[in-house]
Amino acid sequence: MTALTLHAPILLVALPLLGAFATPLVGKLGKGARNTLIGLIVLAVAGLAAMLAIDVFGSGGIPTVYELGGGTFTFPLSGGQVPVRILFEVDGMSAFMGLITALIALTGAFFSFSYWKERSGGNLYFSLFLMLIAGVFGMVLTGDMFNFFVFLEITSIAAASMVGFRVWLKQSQEAGFKVMAMYTLSGLFVLLAIGLLYGQYGHLNIAVLARSIQGSLTDMVALGLLLTGLAMKAGAVPMHMWAPDAYGESPAPMSAVLVVNSQASLYGLFRILFTLFGASISTGTVGWILIVLALLTIFVGVTMALIQSDLKRLVAFGAVSQIGYMLLGVGVGMAVIATRPEYGLVAMQGGIFHMINDAACVGLLFFASGVVIRAAGTRDLNQMGGLGHRMKWTSIFFAIGAVALAGVPPFNGFASKFLIYEAAFKLNPFLAVLAVLSSIMLLAVFVKAFQAAFLGPRSNTSAHVSDPSLGMMLPMAALVLVVIVFGLFPGFFVDHIVTPAAKALWLGRDAYINAVLGG
Amino acid sequence: MNNNSMSVIVRTVTRFMYGLIILFGFYVIMHGHLTPGGGFQGGAVVASAFALLLVAFGSAGLKGQLNLHWLQSIEEFGALAFLGLAFLGIGTAFFYNLFANSGGFLFGASVPTGSNAGVLTAGGLVPLMNWAVGLKVMTGIAAVVIVMLVGSHKEETE
Amino acid sequence: MNIGNLPFIVAALLVVLGLYTFLFKRNLIKLVIGITLIETGVNLFLVTLGYRTGGISPIYTFAPEAQQMVLPTPQALTLTSIVIGLATTALLLSFAVFVHRHYGTLDVRKVKELKG
Repeated sequence: MTALTLHAPILLVALPLLGAFATPLVGKLGKGARNTLIGLIVLAVAGLAAMLAIDVFGSGGIPTVYELGGGTFTFPLSGGQVPVRILFEVDGMSAFMGLITALIALTGAFFSFSYWKERSGGNLYFSLFLMLIAGVFGMVLTGDMFNFFVFLEITSIAAASMVGFRVWLKQSQEAGFKVMAMYTLSGLFVLLAIGLLYGQYGHLNIAVLARSIQGSLTDMVALGLLLTGLAMKAGAVPMHMWAPDAYGESPAPMSAVLVVNSQASLYGLFRILFTLFGASISTGTVGWILIVLALLTIFVGVTMALIQSDLKRLVAFGAVSQIGYMLLGVGVGMAVIATRPEYGLVAMQGGIFHMINDAACVGLLFFASGVVIRAAGTRDLNQMGGLGHRMKWTSIFFAIGAVALAGVPPFNGFASKFLIYEAAFKLNPFLAVLAVLSSIMLLAVFVKAFQAAFLGPRSNTSAHVSDPSLGMMLPMAALVLVVIVFGLFPGFFVDHIVTPAAKALWLGRDAYINAVLGG
Repeated sequence: MNNNSMSVIVRTVTRFMYGLIILFGFYVIMHGHLTPGGGFQGGAVVASAFALLLVAFGSAGLKGQLNLHWLQSIEEFGALAFLGLAFLGIGTAFFYNLFANSGGFLFGASVPTGSNAGVLTAGGLVPLMNWAVGLKVMTGIAAVVIVMLVGSHKEETE
Repeated sequence: MNIGNLPFIVAALLVVLGLYTFLFKRNLIKLVIGITLIETGVNLFLVTLGYRTGGISPIYTFAPEAQQMVLPTPQALTLTSIVIGLATTALLLSFAVFVHRHYGTLDVRKVKELKG
């Protein structure tokens, strides 16, 4: 293990954070210097995330532990020692989330270089962008409950600032307030739950807490608070009202990062359910709670997308509905974890594979819709039309993202959704039927949007548009490549990156605890 | 004298007090590793002096004295200094306290266990980090207060 | 002096009051006040967790000999939470300022361009 791999967990957080604070200073030297710095940082982050993933996936399911301020402990501990430092603990699932974050950080940053070129406030924009990336990395890599809360709040503040970034837009300010209020509330729920756990067990480390948790009434209250808070932050349906506003009103590249932020909250939820409370809850009940949340999210997300005439908001509701598919896959896996039938792991694989597929497809759709809205000068689908004549590549990219998200073969959305359908059918056929029907409705939504925006006769608005510059085309093309490659060779990716992540959650509770505390 | 400054009593007391408040803030930052307080608390105290000045003399009264760009630059510098200090120990681990108990000039003195009178030169990187955080917080809060006051003042006159 | 469960009751009361304010008030500034109340309640709860009857503050500078100390970790948590609370409150209030500038009102029933 090289020194770089050893320090990769903290570097993934520290480098973007360093970049976030250096950006306004370097920005005084000019845009070129600033963009070089940011480009180098996101490239370094992507490389580190890949190295970390290779290392963790190659270790045979043993998580990597990193101690901040180091030098006191050697892991795993022995003889009843407990760690008092803040630990970062990276297992398959964390490394997998790191890959998703790195993918969107890389494409989002390079897309933003061109997208935000003519706008003012670029220094602040990229500063917040990097801070959000740092927060998301922290959330997925940390092994400490309170540290998780701190990174959750960092993402909340950065994300809400990004939603309300365009202060000259009325709706953006309304959305910003709403998002920040909901994020703060969810953060306080999480903090209260952490307080309840700390009061009982006197520890904040996830592994130590997981070993000592008893399943008392107070624990269940804490679980309820964590479930509510994190589901709220992830945009699951009864608490989803902020999500379409946030995705819809933030600048297009940021919407993609916000979706990854929601996924990081989902990761936190899964980590808490599987690792922290895995042995002390009725997994059947909690699994079904997740399934009900999932069905609500899928159904409401798709139905609301159906009635939108605002392109960005339509994609936003599509993104909300996809959170439901992840919850469905993992919920099915949770519901059957006690008996561990074959299809439980399949469900987990489906739900987790859908995370990276959703990040790629939704990212692509948000990028493309940002380009379209800027070219057409309107967000209203009824005023667009005929843009496909002069924006051939953008329309192709949008179409690929849309059909992939709706789960049409041979794209990646189909690969993951098929796993979810298969497992959900075995648990209860009704679940699979509803999931398939919603996917078909989502396809209808995107067909309508595509037809309204890109097809039709050449009109006044579409006469002067053109495909965007190469700086925006290449990140979109990169995401299209991910969509197609993941769709053509799903077996390879499921075996090499999804299965280690799914196993880390589904089977890896003991490994996670033992990596810190010893066997 | 512009019309959104406060009465002569407030202004006189402010003139007398704000230096002392800033001094106390610096004291809290400086002794962060020995007594209650630290970078954030001291920084907040210093920023409260700026807020007091703003309230007493009005936003126009401070024009040219507190430059927003300078404040922001110092804030970035504080944050970078904190991260840089954390990076110093990366040979062992991030946040490793390189200077503690080194015997060196910069806070390298070793600390006796148990009750003691406090060793100002102990603590390693912690006092330096307190200063970095203190710089960031005092300028950051001052900038927030200024921006909000100027922003809401503009609204009233529009 | 034994103060028993009083701080926990106050903390719960603050959280409930804050939730009530957040759910039933119509003014954006009052919503921010509600959030701040919840935050204060949670902070009080955290810091109370670490309290030990008769304990002194966990600092060795001029500490009396052989005294029980209160737990330092919850104090660190509370401080972190306060710092975060400062940032969130500042951001929420800035949004309120901008909402007022655009809509000319702080009434949530009139700030409703985004729905459906």
